[in-house]
Amino acid sequence: MKTFNYHSAKDVKEASKLASSNSAFLAGGMTTIPSIKLGLATYKDIINIKNIKSLSGIKASSKTLKIGATTKHVEVANSKDVKKAIPSLAALAEGIGDPQVRNRGTIGGSIANNDPSADYPSACIALNAVIHTNSRKIEAEKFFKGMFETALKSGEIIEAIEFSIPEKSNYQKYPNPASRYAVVGVYVAKHKGEVNVAVTGAKSCVYNDKDLAKALSKNFSSSVIDNVKISSSGMNSDIHASAEYRANMIRVFAKKAVEAC
Amino acid sequence: MSKISLEVNGKKITKEVPDHTLLSVFLREILNLTGTHVGCDTSQCGACVVHVDGKSIKSCTAFAADLNGSKITTIEGIAQNGKMHPMQEAFKKLHGLQCGFCTPGMVMSAIDLLQNNKKPSDTEIRDWLEGNICRCTGYQNIVAAVKEAASKM
Ligand SMILES: Cc1cc2nc3c(=O)[nH]c(=O)nc-3n(C[C@H](O)[C@H](O)[C@H](O)COP(=O)(O)OP(=O)(O)OC[C@H]3O[C@@H](n4cnc5c(N)ncnc54)[C@H](O)[C@@H]3O)c2cc1C
Ligand code: FES
Ligand code: FES
Repeated sequence: MKTFNYHSAKDVKEASKLASSNSAFLAGGMTTIPSIKLGLATYKDIINIKNIKSLSGIKASSKTLKIGATTKHVEVANSKDVKKAIPSLAALAEGIGDPQVRNRGTIGGSIANNDPSADYPSACIALNAVIHTNSRKIEAEKFFKGMFETALKSGEIIEAIEFSIPEKSNYQKYPNPASRYAVVGVYVAKHKGEVNVAVTGAKSCVYNDKDLAKALSKNFSSSVIDNVKISSSGMNSDIHASAEYRANMIRVFAKKAVEAC
Repeated sequence: MSKISLEVNGKKITKEVPDHTLLSVFLREILNLTGTHVGCDTSQCGACVVHVDGKSIKSCTAFAADLNGSKITTIEGIAQNGKMHPMQEAFKKLHGLQCGFCTPGMVMSAIDLLQNNKKPSDTEIRDWLEGNICRCTGYQNIVAAVKEAASKM
């Protein structure tokens, strides 16, 4: 393994100052460390942000739920506030990886990484999340740019993710049997006046299926889903599932999610 | 290099280590605690599970420098006064192992399960052990051993 300089930042300012085009922030390390071990990534500087208190914690208000970037998956899964405000989000966190991944991995690290099969990006899209960074607020729709690509600039730090509390919501996924990443995941959220159907695992980046969302906004019933066309074009095809299979799973999961709402 | 001070199995230790030293390497190669096993490079097999401040983590996916000030317990640290931990006893009694490679991680992970859930069902045990892979036993006796330990602890 190639070595690097380890730093532990005491506040966001220091972390941002230490960052360069050749550095990574160390939150849970559940992506960064395996990437370094496998030689997929090398860094000059690794900047631990876990000791920055302001980045962690969960705050619920009447309309939104704000989760600090270094809040661990296990904390979201077990939080009474999350379970009360958005139970589907607690369930999503509980379904990530395994207990040891959930004991280390963080929500900020997950969305900054934007793995095409990660779970949290779908929650951000479905729940109209606003990503708070040290310099601005970014709407989820504008945050996830492409495969492993986000709107974050070099040295920009996610401080918190603010989710809108929906009227109803549910997340369904077909987990990869080894890692539990979503082969396909569908997050349905019914807000006042609109429905989002966020899909992860199917394409190179999470997206809102506008056709499903529109049909469900008119009539929030699983029966309308069969009338919506879901094209497999542009979908991933790999050893886990073909594009056609994924397209069909989106239909199946969208129905299940609506019925479970 | 980073200077780190931490407690391993109740002993205070201070060492200077290269910044990229994994906790698993620190335990195995610097402290010679080879009970913690390393089975994969992808953070998936769980052979390396240890407790940090009471919670189970994969020691192959944490930097020693990052754990300055924490309390670490490895498989070598769970027997008390020469007497095996009830989880170890149960694995032995119910043949929860064959080659034994996955066992340290299984035992450490299972102990953490019982800290969170005193009487887990078979399904809860299997769900919890999602991150621990065993290529020998077929898991049946591992689940039985965890249940046995739960009844004794
Ligand atoms: C075996 C295994 C199974 C997994 N299964 C799943 C699964 O089922 N579903 C799923 O969604 N994920 C899964 N994951 C990923 C896991 O959820 C991690 O949380 C995620 O990989 C990254 O989070 P982290 O906190 O570990 O980030 P790190 O690895 O510490 O960082 C990842 C990247 O994010 C950047 N970063 C971190 N925090 C911030 C911040 N606050 N601001 C800006 N940039 C930041 C870092 O610079 C780095 O580039 C799995 C991982 C493993 C190892
Ligand atoms: S060696 Fe740590 S998970 Fe495989
Ligand atoms: S006993 Fe051999 S891998 Fe589990």
